[in-house]
Amino acid sequence: MASYVHRIEVQYTRDPRLPTRTERFRSLGFPLRELHLVDVYTIATARRDFSPDELSQIGAQLSNPVVQRYSVDRPTEADFDYAIEVGFLPGVTDNAGTTAKQTIEDYFGFRFGEGEAVFSSQLYLVAGDLTPESLERLTAALANPLVNRVHVRSREEYAGKGMDAITPFVHLHELQTAGTVDLDLPDAELARIGKEGITDPGTGERRGPLALDLAQLHAIRDYFRGLGRKPTDVELESLAQTWSEHCKHTIFASAMDDDVPRGLYKSCIQAATNTIREAKGDDDICVSVFTDNSGAIVFDDEHLVTCKVETHNSPSALDPFGGALTGIVGVNRDTIGFGLGAKPCINIYGYCVGDPDTEPVLFRGKNRTNPILPPRRIFEGVVRGIDVGGNCSGIPTPQGWCYFHDRYVGKPLVFAGTVGVMPRANNGRLLHEKQALPGDLVVMVGGRVGKDGIHGATFSSEALDPASPVTAVQIGDPITQKKFSDVIVKEARDLDLYRSITDNGAGGISCSVAEMARESGGCHVLLDRVPLKYPGMAPWEIWISESQERMTLAVPEEKIEAFMDLMKRREVEATVIGTFTDTGRCVVEYGGETVMDVDLDFLHDGLPKEHLITEPVETAYPEPEVPCPDRLDDLLLAMLGRKNICSKEFISTRYDHTVQGGHVLGPVQGAGRVQTTATLTKVVPGSMKGVGLSQGLFPSYSELDPYRMALAAIDAAVRGLIAIGVPLATIALLDNFCWCSSDEPARLWQLKRAAFGCYDGAVEFATPYISGKDSMYNDFSGFDADSNPVKVSVPPTLLITSIGVHPDVTAAVSMDAKFDGDLVYVVGETGEELGGSEYLAHLGIKGGSVPSLDIQTAKVRYGRMTDAIEKQLLASAFPVTHGGLLVALAKVAIAGRAGMNLAVPGGMRPDTYLFSESLGRFVITVAPSDREAFEEIFGSDAHLLGHVGGKTFRVSAGEKTLIEQPVTTMETAYKAPFGGY
Amino acid sequence: MARANNPRALIMSGYGINSEMETAEVLMRAGMASDIVHINDLIAGEKTLSDYRLMVFPGGFSYGDDTGAGNAYANRVRNNLWSDVKEFLAGDNLVLGICNGFQILANLGLVPAFDRDYPREIALMPNRKGVLECRFVTLKPAADNLWTKGISHIYCPVSHGEGNFSCSEETLKRIEREGMVAFRYSRDDLSPAGGEYPYNPNGSVADIAGITSADGKVLGLMPHPERAMEFVNLYDWPVRKERLKREKKPLPTESMNMQLFRNIVDYFGK
Repeated sequence: MASYVHRIEVQYTRDPRLPTRTERFRSLGFPLRELHLVDVYTIATARRDFSPDELSQIGAQLSNPVVQRYSVDRPTEADFDYAIEVGFLPGVTDNAGTTAKQTIEDYFGFRFGEGEAVFSSQLYLVAGDLTPESLERLTAALANPLVNRVHVRSREEYAGKGMDAITPFVHLHELQTAGTVDLDLPDAELARIGKEGITDPGTGERRGPLALDLAQLHAIRDYFRGLGRKPTDVELESLAQTWSEHCKHTIFASAMDDDVPRGLYKSCIQAATNTIREAKGDDDICVSVFTDNSGAIVFDDEHLVTCKVETHNSPSALDPFGGALTGIVGVNRDTIGFGLGAKPCINIYGYCVGDPDTEPVLFRGKNRTNPILPPRRIFEGVVRGIDVGGNCSGIPTPQGWCYFHDRYVGKPLVFAGTVGVMPRANNGRLLHEKQALPGDLVVMVGGRVGKDGIHGATFSSEALDPASPVTAVQIGDPITQKKFSDVIVKEARDLDLYRSITDNGAGGISCSVAEMARESGGCHVLLDRVPLKYPGMAPWEIWISESQERMTLAVPEEKIEAFMDLMKRREVEATVIGTFTDTGRCVVEYGGETVMDVDLDFLHDGLPKEHLITEPVETAYPEPEVPCPDRLDDLLLAMLGRKNICSKEFISTRYDHTVQGGHVLGPVQGAGRVQTTATLTKVVPGSMKGVGLSQGLFPSYSELDPYRMALAAIDAAVRGLIAIGVPLATIALLDNFCWCSSDEPARLWQLKRAAFGCYDGAVEFATPYISGKDSMYNDFSGFDADSNPVKVSVPPTLLITSIGVHPDVTAAVSMDAKFDGDLVYVVGETGEELGGSEYLAHLGIKGGSVPSLDIQTAKVRYGRMTDAIEKQLLASAFPVTHGGLLVALAKVAIAGRAGMNLAVPGGMRPDTYLFSESLGRFVITVAPSDREAFEEIFGSDAHLLGHVGGKTFRVSAGEKTLIEQPVTTMETAYKAPFGGY
Repeated sequence: MARANNPRALIMSGYGINSEMETAEVLMRAGMASDIVHINDLIAGEKTLSDYRLMVFPGGFSYGDDTGAGNAYANRVRNNLWSDVKEFLAGDNLVLGICNGFQILANLGLVPAFDRDYPREIALMPNRKGVLECRFVTLKPAADNLWTKGISHIYCPVSHGEGNFSCSEETLKRIEREGMVAFRYSRDDLSPAGGEYPYNPNGSVADIAGITSADGKVLGLMPHPERAMEFVNLYDWPVRKERLKREKKPLPTESMNMQLFRNIVDYFGK
C-alpha cells in the first residue's frame, strides 16, 4: 500500500486549444465562458518518499517550461466555477501514467515496485453559468462511467485545498484456486450457467455469460462423464471461449436447410476461392487463405501482402474510444501474427453508426437506467479510437468510410483492417509458414494480464443486454504494442529466433496457446508464470483474460536465450509460460495442481453440429410514385449534404495517411478535396507497384434483396480498384458479415441469400476471398423511457473489402476533373434501379428495384478500363455508387474545382437517370486529343455527357435546364454537414 | 580519419518512433548510408554516436506523446546520453529532427541553442485545432544556409498533433535576427501563410515550420519531406502529370523535396 502520495499539476500558461475546445462545447449546448485543462500526475510510492526538491525535478521532467507551469501538492489557480477531474477506474490502462512512471524511473535510477504507481488524470476548470443539470451533462460528456472516475467541486469547495489525490490501485480478495463445476443438473439450471455463467463460490454471484447453449453443455457434461470427473471452472471457461460464435463461427459452419449441407462458409466463401484458384491455375494470386490470422496474396516475386478486416462492435457500444482503439491495434496483431510476422503497412476503417444529429432515448435497464450513448458520442469516440491507435502505431490509415442509419443506434459497427507486407522467404524459409514443434517453449510477449476483457469473446456472441459485463471493455496501449511489433517484425523474425507466432485476441492465451498447440500436438502451460498487472486473479481469469498488446510465440529451447536477451534490450516483457508438447492434450497447471487437462481434439472439434433452418422473406415492394421536379438544383445540393454522401474529411486529415512514405492516391483528392472510394499506397521502397484498396457496402439494399446487396458490395469494391488502374486479375476480396438476430429463420434466409451472392459475385469476377469474419448478433435489447422493451437490430450488413496490386503507380488515375475542354463520359448502362437508393431514402420512400448486375458484361468493361489506363487515356475516373450518377459527376467536378456542361439523354425520367444506383458504371473525363482512342476502346458502352469548363455545373435535358449551380456552392453543400467536427 | 571519407548517418529508433525506415531510404537515395539504431543500444554502448556524422531523430509518436510530444524521449536522451550528444554537437557533425524528432530536439534544447547550456527556449504546442493534422503544406526557405541551398520550395505532408511553434517574443526576435528560421509555411504561390489555416496548419507563430540551431548544424522541421521523396507521393501529382503529358514533357521520378537531403550529403562531400 502506498504511503507517500503527491500530486503534480501541469497547465499551459497559454493553451492554444482553448478557443477551439471552448467553442466545441458551446456548440454542443453548454454555456461555457472558458474551459481550462490541467494534466495531473498522482505519484504513489511505498518504500521511499520524494523530497520537495525531487518533486520539483519531477515536475520539470513532466512539463515544458517554455509554455507550461507545474505545481506540486498545490492546487492550480484559475478563474473558474467548477472543477471536474476525470481519471481512470482501477485496472484501466493508463498510458500517460505509465510514461510518467518510466520517466521518473529513468531520472532517479530506481524502479517502482508493487503497490507503487503514477496515475494520470485530467482536471477541467470550467467557467460558465452551469445549472446542476447542465453540469451533470457536461460531466457525462467528459467521462465514461465504465472506464472513468469523476470528481466535481465547486469553486468554494476547491478553494485552498484543490482536488483530492486519488490512487486507483486494484484491490482483489478473491479465491485464487480453481474450483469444479457440477454439470449434472436439470436443463433449466444448465441453461442458466450457459447464459449467466458459473456461480462464483466466493461471492455467490454469476461470473458472466459463457454463451454456451444446451446442446454444447450436454456435450461438455458427457465428455467429463467419460473422464469420470467434473470439469474445473478453468476448463469450462476455456471451452466456452474456444467454442464461442466469435471464435468458431458456428452459424457459418452449420448445415443449413437441405441445400447447404456443409454450411455457408465452406459452400459459399471457401468454395468460391477454391473454384477460382483451380480455374486460374498458374495465375493464382493466393498465398495463404483462411487458415492464418490474415489472408495473403502475391505482391511481386519477392513479397506478399496480407489483409484482414475485423469488427469490434459490442465493446464500441459501451466505450467507443476504447472499443475502436482495441479494434485497430488488435487487427494490427493479426498482421504481426500472420506467418512468421508481416509488417503492418496500411490501416482500414469503417463505421456504421446512428445519425449523430439525433439523440434517441433508449436504456439498457428498466426505469431509465443505463442509457445508451448518443450517436454523436459514439461516432466521435470511435473516430478518436482509430486516430490514437493508428497514428501512434506509425501505420498509415488512408482507407475508410462512414455509413449512417438509425438502426445502428443501439449497436454501432466498427470495422478495422490492416494490410501487411513481408518478404516471401528469408534464409531459405518461407515466411508465411509456421510450425511449433514439441519441446518449443510457449512465450508470451507484450503487456501484462489483468481482468480487462474477460468474457470478451463470449460477450460479443451475445446480443447487448442489461447484464453486459463492464470488464468486457479494454483500452489498448499502442506504444507497448509498437515496441514488440518493431522487435519481432524488424529484428527477431529475420534472426530465426522463433518457429511460430500468433495473436492473443479473443479468449486471450486460452485461445492462442490452444490454437498453436494444434501445430505441435499439445501444450503444457504453467499459469503461475504469467505476469499479472495486479495480484489476486483467479486461474480461470488469467487463462481467458483479453488484456491487450500480447502475442504468443513458440521459441526453440536453443534460441530462448538470444530471444529473451533481444526482448530485454528493447524493453519488451517476455515470459516463458510453458512448453508445446505432442501429448494430444491441453494441460494447464496452477499452484502445482492441474487445473485443466482436455483432449485437443475435443477442445477444437467437440462442438456439436447444428442444422439451421431458414424461412424466406417476402420482399415485394412497389415501384415508388413521386413526381419529377422541373429543376433539380435543390435536390442536388440536398443529396450532396446527405450524411452518407457528404465529406467526412475531418477523419481523413486526423488519420495519418502518409507515414511510411508510400502515399500515392490518398483519401481525399483534387484541389477541391473530395473523399474517394479507393486508395493506392506503395509498400515496397524502390518498386513501382502499389497496393490498391477499396470497399463496398449497401445495407439499405439488404431488406429488399440480400442477394443483390451482396453483388453490389462486391462490384463496388472491385470497381473502385478498376477505376484507379488495378487489374481485375490481381484483386482479392475479404468479407465481413455483420448480421442481426441470427437465431431467426428469416434473418438466416437473408444471410443465405447474401452468401449465395458472395459466391456468384466472386466466382464470376474470379476474385477470391482470402479472409473474412462474421459477427452475428448485432442487436440491442433494452427499454424505452417508459420501460417498454425495445429491440433495435442493425440492418443486415456486408462489407466487402478489395485488395489488388497496381502494376505501375505512375499510371494510376485520380478522381478529379483536370482541365477545361476535357470530355465527360459515363461508361456503363443506367437502368431504372432506385431501390434502396440514397434518393429514395432522401424522399423517405421504401421500395423499388435494387440494382442488379450482369457480371460478364461488367468484366469486359473493366478489362477495357485497365487497357485504357495502361494507355494513359483517362484524365480522371470515378465509380458511380451511393447517390448515383449525378452525385458522382458532382464529386468529380468539386474535386477538380471545375464546372461542367452536361446533357442527359432522353428515354428515362431525368431524376431516375441521375439518381439510379445501377452498378458497373464509371464517370470518366478524357482529354480531347485522346477522344478517338478512348471511344475506340469502349465503343457504345461510353456515353458522352458533355465537357469540363468554367466554374458552373450545368445539366440539361433537351432544351430544358435541370441544374445550374456554381461549383463553389456545391462544394459548400458537400462539406457543410460535418464542418463543426 | 577514415570515416570522414564515408560519413554515415545514425537514425534513432525505439519507444514509438516510426519513420526510421523511410528516413533511411531517403538518405540512401540522396547518397548517404545509415544505421537505424535503437536508443537502448546506444545507451548500452553497442553502438557509438561518434562513429557517425549525421544524427537523425525521425518522426513518430515516441511514448505516445504522453507528458508532451517528444518530452519523454528527450528525457531518456538527456538522462542517459547527454555527454555523448554534447560531444557530437561540438564536432563537425549535423543533427536533423523531423516532426517528433523536432519535438525531441526542442525539448533537449538542441534548437535554438543560442549557447552551449541548451535550455528549452521553444515549444511545439498542441495544434490550434487540438487534433492531429495530416495534409500537404508548402514551405518556403527563410534563410540561406547549408540545409536550404538550391531549394525554391518544399511540398510535403505535415502529420502531427503538436507542431504549434511557440516561444517568448524575445526568443522569436533573436531567432529571426540571427537568420535561424529555416522554413516557413506559405501559400501555394509562396506568399506568406500569415497564420491562416490550412496553409499554416497548426497556428505556429510567424509561420515557422523549421529552425536551425545558432551554429546552423542542427535543423528541426515539423513537416515530412522524407514522406514525399517521389513525384507520385505529391498530393497533386495526378494533375501535374496530366499537364506534363499534354505538354509532351517527361514525368520526373523524384520530387523537389530530395534537395534537402542532397544538401546534407553535399555538406559532407565538400
